[in-house]
Amino acid sequence: MLRLEPRSTQSLSAAWLSPMLALVLTAVTGGIIFLAMGKDPATALYIYFVEPLTSSSGLSEVAVKAGPLVLIGIGLSFGFRAGIWNIGAEGQYIAGAIAGGGLAVFWYESTSAFLLPAMLLTGILGGMAWAAIPALLKTRFNANEILVSLMLVYVAELLLVHLVQGPWRNPMGWGFPGTRVFPDAATMPLLFTGKRVHLGSVLTLAVPFIAWFLLARTRFGFRIKLFGSAPLAARHAGVQSNRIIWQSLLIGGGLAGLAGVIEAAGTIGQLMPDISPGYGFTAIIVAFLGRLHPVGVLLAGIAIAVTYIGGESAQISAGLPKAVTGLFQGIILFYLLAFDLFTRYKIVLPSRQAVQQ
Amino acid sequence: MTELIIASIMTMMTAATPLMFAATGELICERSGVLNLGLEGMMLIGAVFGFAAAAVTGNATLGLLVAATSGAFAALIFGILTLNLLSNQVATGLALTIFGTGLSALVGVDYVGETIDQIGSIHIPILSDIPIVGRLLFGHDPLVYLAILILLGASWFLSRSRWGMILRAVGDSDVSAHAIGYPVIAIRFAAVTFGGLMAGLGGGYLSLVYTPLWAENMTAGRGWIALALVVFASWRPARVLFGAILFGGITILQLNAQAAGLGIPAAFMSMLPYIATIVVLVLISRDAIKIRLNAPACLGRPFRAER
Repeated sequence: MLRLEPRSTQSLSAAWLSPMLALVLTAVTGGIIFLAMGKDPATALYIYFVEPLTSSSGLSEVAVKAGPLVLIGIGLSFGFRAGIWNIGAEGQYIAGAIAGGGLAVFWYESTSAFLLPAMLLTGILGGMAWAAIPALLKTRFNANEILVSLMLVYVAELLLVHLVQGPWRNPMGWGFPGTRVFPDAATMPLLFTGKRVHLGSVLTLAVPFIAWFLLARTRFGFRIKLFGSAPLAARHAGVQSNRIIWQSLLIGGGLAGLAGVIEAAGTIGQLMPDISPGYGFTAIIVAFLGRLHPVGVLLAGIAIAVTYIGGESAQISAGLPKAVTGLFQGIILFYLLAFDLFTRYKIVLPSRQAVQQ
Repeated sequence: MTELIIASIMTMMTAATPLMFAATGELICERSGVLNLGLEGMMLIGAVFGFAAAAVTGNATLGLLVAATSGAFAALIFGILTLNLLSNQVATGLALTIFGTGLSALVGVDYVGETIDQIGSIHIPILSDIPIVGRLLFGHDPLVYLAILILLGASWFLSRSRWGMILRAVGDSDVSAHAIGYPVIAIRFAAVTFGGLMAGLGGGYLSLVYTPLWAENMTAGRGWIALALVVFASWRPARVLFGAILFGGITILQLNAQAAGLGIPAAFMSMLPYIATIVVLVLISRDAIKIRLNAPACLGRPFRAER
């Protein structure tokens, strides 16, 4: 019989191969699903995974969608490495959009050059504040951060709906839920005329490299990794668990908040109930697909963004429901988790086993 | 006034029932040492497949069976990944929720806005006609009783039956249970499947009895609230009953308060069940030692037989 044997170190080739394999197998599974739905699998797969990359407007849209996914995914990867499961990034994203976007709502006639930087900063603080709640309840009262952070997603969503329908509603908006459109001073400059990609994408690109530096070259990064892989050893080495919990939740919340305010000030240009197509949850997949490595998360964010855009155009051109994208995301993660086995264990064949014994 | 109170209590029980189903299943699963965070996804899968079956066949009872079965199938995916392939239980549970959200939305596209024949309340002659008490005790829909019955059954199973004790042993020390010769993986598979069955039933209750219609993401976090209920109940089935009724009560209370128009914005009232979950978690978890004593010792840890 086949036997599993733990590896002493994680296999590097398996670590890189398994996300690739997961993507390929998801495409194969997707083809089968399309076939079952009575669509031509080749055409549908082309629309999903290739077409977004073939035009400049497609690439611009991929950059727009990848931005928040990468930002949130990087933030989450710090926590996931440390074994802190912040799954409420969606709420922190909304909190950031509310906090940062709120400035633009109050100073809707401003032309100050300081408005946008101030919004970004308050956006980060808003996301951090929302993440501070599970951090405080976890460190002070031992409350499970998974459930607390997730419950706060619903609270943030309801708060946003309340604000844009009530006190912050655009007085000239014919009663539609949504704030005033942000002034120019509160809007991310576009990079190219006629495309939606904006300055936020450039800012986003810097984050993986800062994160890589933090994780690979600083004591802080070492503590996070140690805490996640060997909590007992970490405690003996003087790593304080409360500090790690606070740090990883604040980083995750801050980056999610930044993503939220960039989305509000960039792609959307106002606050409204639908400011996120579930970025905070999809970013969990992005973080895992990128193997919790900053550069990996960057690539994974782009890959998942392609399926978002592909899903939108498939809805228009092939009449496929948008929900297929969500199904794909779940399937990718399933395959990935299954292949993870090979990064941690090696399969021992019976003959070699006999020789060894 | 009495009529209003009776009606509120009746609806409170219907709000509590899906939580009872899902939380009882998860409790058994966790007692065997497996943490399945995919409750929300399994409930959505149960809700949509149950509704689709009922809409196609016109038979709501069949719909419930389909709901439970589809929940169990979803749990099997989770079981294969976590028990056979030793994947991380937290990550796999999240994947199951994301998968279930996507799958249910896809399957449900054709059923949005459709209606079905609802499962009605039972009516026992004489007993149900007793003023006030009659309806409170004998006037619910049959699934309310089923949920309570399963809950009591789970309580008996864990504390009194041989297999219940083996299940607890597996959850508290998988290595020793394996050494004695119990099939750890098989027992955990059974527990995970039961969890899926119950979550599917809870989801089916939502789409077939509670609303009854299908809407995308209609569980609205109930799967997560059920997970919190298991902690609230300190992994004891009887306490799930209290927790579920408490949360059902809060849900109905805020709905009634919204209808009465107390001047509090509706969004803030809708936040109540979620905030209550957080408050309850804090109150229960404050005592770290008590949690550690009550929680199954092997919860969330993968098991690989050495020999």
